Amino acid sequence: MNLIVCVKQVIDPEMPPAMFEIDSEAKRAKSPSRTSLVINDYDEVALEAAVRVKESHGGKVTVISLGDDSAIQTIRQCLAKGADEGILIKDSLFEEEDRSITAHALAAAIKKIGDFDLIFCGRQEADWDASQVGIGIAEVLGIPAISPVRKLEIRDRTVVIERIVDEGYEVIECPLPCLVAVDTELATPRYPTTKAVLEASRKRVPIWSAGDIEFDASKIMPEGKRTRLLKLFKPEFERECELISGESPEEMGTNLVLKLREAVPGLF
Amino acid sequence: MTDTKGILIYCETQEAGLTPITIEQLGAGQKLATQLGEEVLAVLVGSGIDEKSAHECIYYGADKVYVIDREPLESYSPELYSKALETLIERIKPSIVLFGQTTVGRDLAPRLAYKLNTGVTLDCVDLTIDPSSRLMLQTKPVYGGKAYGVYVCESKPQIVTIRPKSFPPMEKNESKKGEIILFDLEIDFPSTRAKVVSREKEKAGIQLEAAKVVICAGRGVARDDLGLLRELANLFNGAVGCTRPVCDDGRLPPQHQIGLTGKIVNPDLYIGIAVSGATQHLAGIMGSKIIVAVNKDPDAPIFRVAHYGIVGDYREVVPSIINKCKELKKVFSDDRNYCHA
Repeated sequence: MNLIVCVKQVIDPEMPPAMFEIDSEAKRAKSPSRTSLVINDYDEVALEAAVRVKESHGGKVTVISLGDDSAIQTIRQCLAKGADEGILIKDSLFEEEDRSITAHALAAAIKKIGDFDLIFCGRQEADWDASQVGIGIAEVLGIPAISPVRKLEIRDRTVVIERIVDEGYEVIECPLPCLVAVDTELATPRYPTTKAVLEASRKRVPIWSAGDIEFDASKIMPEGKRTRLLKLFKPEFERECELISGESPEEMGTNLVLKLREAVPGLF
Repeated sequence: MTDTKGILIYCETQEAGLTPITIEQLGAGQKLATQLGEEVLAVLVGSGIDEKSAHECIYYGADKVYVIDREPLESYSPELYSKALETLIERIKPSIVLFGQTTVGRDLAPRLAYKLNTGVTLDCVDLTIDPSSRLMLQTKPVYGGKAYGVYVCESKPQIVTIRPKSFPPMEKNESKKGEIILFDLEIDFPSTRAKVVSREKEKAGIQLEAAKVVICAGRGVARDDLGLLRELANLFNGAVGCTRPVCDDGRLPPQHQIGLTGKIVNPDLYIGIAVSGATQHLAGIMGSKIIVAVNKDPDAPIFRVAHYGIVGDYREVVPSIINKCKELKKVFSDDRNYCHA
């Protein structure tokens, strides 16, 4: 089984809004300290899913990540948690704002890797939340994509999947190769052992440029025909909370309801 | 795609007709159509689509309704639905395609964008036309709602999904006239690779994302008190959700989780009970019209985003909220009965 996992390094989504700053000129979040960069949590689950498939069916897990040098740290974490190989895809051509470029670049890297049976992605990202890279990769590669996935099992050359829908789930059977975009429900990621962390830190992480993966942005979408980010702004997050008064907790509860009767039309 | 025209709305139906998000899409579409001077086009995809749904699209503003009715389209299949829509879009060349940010919409929109070699923006909360370029400015939350991005896509059609309850629903007008077109899909459907072998229902009750009132259990709510929260939610036909720690230890199943890694809710009223307000949770509730927090800790971060707050023990506060609500509901229904008598 050749298993490929696409991971992304993101600014820790748990970072308090007060600490979160944006550079409106560059239209991106200000570079925080290294410690606040983490693996996107859906992707961490995708990795766990792939490692479990490897453990029960054998094979190899390759992690690919598109980003800058700091993403090597994330790739090494994946190696410590059971991935066999990690590759960083890095080039100034891969601008953040156009998601189709990310999907095309990752698809090109997967083509260069060559053999694959199952590709794992997270269902969405904690930063730009484009939620389309997985499906995009599959469309470019011409393979089925199933999203969001909460359970999967391999039987012969078929993957049996539980896909989350509004009222429950669907059981889907799909021949390999295919791509799955996973939900956090699927598995709880493991912690790496100290030994694995040390070994991962010594592993070489190759860096592939646009040229290495024969990526030509102009062929994919001609200049001036892309999605562009015009503006990035921080909404007013904090508001003055009106604390409800009262002699007792019971009275506060009563007063709250009276307040809500005015504030929420149609509540009663 | 060049020479594009019209705002195409992907409509979803339920037993009672069009879904609420579809009516919001039609409202958003109407606004854009007016700004551009173009028509609102609707599409219904399925098998055995009833005429009522098509007429409803018109009553809610569509000038033309395309009906794609074929047996293999009975239930959602990514491969077949995207093939059907791709064919329609290539034929009618809309300038904009609007989906709802639903299970189907968020799956279908990116697939179509890649097939049609254009861009897609998911989960938009505002859409407007830039008067000079006549392109659609697409605003969506990023970084878990800590920031907003305004995007523009220079290729056509411009494809987006919109977040539920972010756009005012279209008003119904039963005298509105429009055209219903049975779209003759002269294609052979491919045999799909991914096959649905069964469908299992497991969630009962009100959908969190659709609920007008959401009561949220935080880490501090004891397992035995979840019934109390349900009682409060039921008074308003609302739904109970929770924060991640409550799911992590199994007090509630994962589909109840609200936040960046769970459901994004935007009800008229959100009440957080013993919710401290972790960033990833707040990202999922910021669209709520009124946020109420009940927490013992006056420094809990949730008070910084709440409209109303009670600093106190929920065990004492919630029962009195329930009692007062019951009392008011009774007064109101008595009033109504009196009027009818």
